[in-house]
Amino acid sequence: MSMYPIVEARFLAPDVKWLAIEAPRIARKHQAGQFVIVRAHEHGERIPLTIAHASAKNGTVAIIVQGVGKTTKLINTLEAGDSLVDIVGPLGKPTEIENYGVVAVIGGGVGAAIAYPSAVALRQAGNAVLSIVGARTKQLVILENEMRAATSELFVMTDDGSYGEQGFVTHKLQQLIDERRIDRVLAIGPTTMMQAVAELTRPHGIPTIVSLNPIMVDGTGMCGGCRVLVGGENRFACVDGPEFDAHAVDFRSLIQRNRVYRQREQAALDKFHETHTCRLFTTPGSQ
Amino acid sequence: MREALPPKERTKIPRQEMPERDACERAHDFGEVNLGFNAALAEHESQRCLTCVDPKCTRGCPVGVKVREVVELVLAGEYLKAGAKLREDNVLPAVTGRVCPQETQCEGACVLGKRFAPVAIGHIERFVADYERAAGAAGLPERAPATGKKVAIVGSGPAGLSCAGDLILRGHEVTVFEALHELGGVLVYGIPEFRLPKEIVRNEIDNMRRMGVNFETNVVIGKTITIDELLTEEGCQAVFVATGAGLPKFLNLPGEHLGGVYSANEFLTRVNLMRAYDAEHYDSPIYDCRNRSVAVIGGGNTAMDAVRSAVRLGAAQAMIVYRRGEQELPARQEEVHHAKSEGVQFLTLHNPLEFLGDDRGMLTGMRLQKMELGEPDESGRRRPAPIVGSEFVLPIDVAVVAVGSAANPLVQSTTPDLATNPWGYIVADPYSFRTSKQGVFAGGDIVSGAATVILAMGSGRKAAASIHEYLTTNAW
Ligand SMILES: Cc1cc2nc3c(=O)[nH]c(=O)nc-3n(C[C@H](O)[C@H](O)[C@H](O)COP(=O)(O)OP(=O)(O)OC[C@H]3O[C@@H](n4cnc5c(N)ncnc54)[C@H](O)[C@@H]3O)c2cc1C
Repeated sequence: MSMYPIVEARFLAPDVKWLAIEAPRIARKHQAGQFVIVRAHEHGERIPLTIAHASAKNGTVAIIVQGVGKTTKLINTLEAGDSLVDIVGPLGKPTEIENYGVVAVIGGGVGAAIAYPSAVALRQAGNAVLSIVGARTKQLVILENEMRAATSELFVMTDDGSYGEQGFVTHKLQQLIDERRIDRVLAIGPTTMMQAVAELTRPHGIPTIVSLNPIMVDGTGMCGGCRVLVGGENRFACVDGPEFDAHAVDFRSLIQRNRVYRQREQAALDKFHETHTCRLFTTPGSQ
Repeated sequence: MREALPPKERTKIPRQEMPERDACERAHDFGEVNLGFNAALAEHESQRCLTCVDPKCTRGCPVGVKVREVVELVLAGEYLKAGAKLREDNVLPAVTGRVCPQETQCEGACVLGKRFAPVAIGHIERFVADYERAAGAAGLPERAPATGKKVAIVGSGPAGLSCAGDLILRGHEVTVFEALHELGGVLVYGIPEFRLPKEIVRNEIDNMRRMGVNFETNVVIGKTITIDELLTEEGCQAVFVATGAGLPKFLNLPGEHLGGVYSANEFLTRVNLMRAYDAEHYDSPIYDCRNRSVAVIGGGNTAMDAVRSAVRLGAAQAMIVYRRGEQELPARQEEVHHAKSEGVQFLTLHNPLEFLGDDRGMLTGMRLQKMELGEPDESGRRRPAPIVGSEFVLPIDVAVVAVGSAANPLVQSTTPDLATNPWGYIVADPYSFRTSKQGVFAGGDIVSGAATVILAMGSGRKAAASIHEYLTTNAW
């Protein structure tokens, strides 16, 4: 049985963990926008996670895991020296990188961090990259310094105003569109945020790309669970995406499909909490 | 050891029935349905064989198993030797003994079948393979001296496995790359436990490991490593592509995106590969089928596997919805039979028009149209035509779309010089299995389109012979 050691693990924010995993082949091949599928243990489910960083030199790829369900919470209990039983990738098509001019990269929550490789690649291709990072509260703003270094301008938005400006990423985007020319938008984050961005840029005709996160099993085109309606056609996020033209995506059915297992997930989570309370609710500082 | 009977006496013996678990019992779990012959049944059945001088059964078998010799060894009580004889032509006898459509192959060609029931060759094959496994004594064939040549096999389904098994015997170094975390292709993610216990597939793969085959899971060729890299950096002289026809087809009907609508691949993958039926111990969910209505659209083996899985997941109603007539069902008779005895309802001559859902986006029903059979079409099957005004709504909670599959594009899309046909399947020579790219061979479903385990194995074997020739002569 193959095992993939975790070489680095640290919390970036409460319940949000950065994990670097030894996977030299994936590290060598990774391009911005691609993802991996991981399995934490022999009885675990396969879950897709965007590659947040890859180092061909060290042979590692990093993922950022937000503990929301049983599997992600379990992965977040892992430390350097532990391993994952499976990691496969890099999957999906990479972000299309060209010199578009001015590109706004928008990241909501953990999306801010996983947009990082694309922001870097866009900048390297000669774009002026503006980035808007959104979080519920100050504590949840992650990789700010890295993002700042990768972009020409960085705007931080918090829902509660505890850091940066108060408001949603769409407020800032609206303001920027009003003020200046934006040639392209890349939005990564919660589906509702990506939908809001799509609606905002649509009347302006600004090409907008979103990175979708539907339910997925194999990640190789085999199950069709990740099908999304794009321009009225069935597309598989794992092989045709995960990035699509935001103005063609049917967000409503995507949001509904992502809720299918909610009840089951809640039950699994409750059961998980009963058995893992002690390790999970330690504060990030003590990790 | 039994005395050989005169031919006339042999024909008087009735074909021995496969013992199976009671339908009421088996419909509640994923344990195997067929129980297998014991030695007495196997011998008794073997006595029926006319031991033809020119055995038609062998010609009916895509890999040419020497059925007569196997049967004679069974009659002699030499079960392990019978196993070794089987393995000369078939690396996965315990698998094919369970899932081959024998009625159209060896048994379909059996001379006895012209006037009586054919010899139950599949059941005998299964007996021999199971005996071998239980004895822990699968006789591993001998390996030729190392050639120093290295071959990569892409995909661990039956085509890849049989090719690997033959090449390792010829002394080559063989690595099988598999995208998923488990080995076996459709044998583990598609065909359910109750027809083919995964333990059997694992056992066969362990045998191959013992013979020296390397297996690497979690490698997607075309993504993690390209074909060109296999041929250069990874140091392989030849590659065999056997990636299967794994891309699910949908009906493209309104409402197909509703929660509760699955492709058969997703449904079966969740159930088999991810063990969703054992929610107590495994984390992958499946939409709860307990006490619900489940409709499976399609009439092939995949549809039967899905609907019988739904029964076992506790569905109150499990239905097949098929637009042609019962006669036209492409599934094996045995599967249809088993499904019916487990309580599956067949809505044949019904065509789905639309999936209906509630405001939360969950499936609630399906609009169906009744059909009648008209003139035969190109496939020779009578073409179904809609009956005007026959539409109605069938309330259902789960729908599984099992209407076929297409070519997986991952390898082709990153290997531009690999020629494909208009449907995306890889073009390979039918005899040499060579593709348009030097050193690259292809076989199984990715060349033929969705077919059978034994055909995939047959192509794997023939490709192995062709690869061996290429590695020996270096001539393309
Ligand atoms: C539900 C179901 C039931 C069936 N029942 C029967 C039956 O009863 N009898 C019968 O004879 N046939 C049956 N079949 C058909 C039979 O299983 C197939 O014809 C056969 O498995 C094809 O073998 P293969 O080796 O070509 O491909 P597959 O078995 O499909 O194996 C291909 C493998 O390649 C892997 N792969 C794909 N792309 C890549 C890549 N880029 N890199 C690495 N690995 C990759 C896949 O993950 C898979 O494991 C059934 C099929 C299904 C779906």
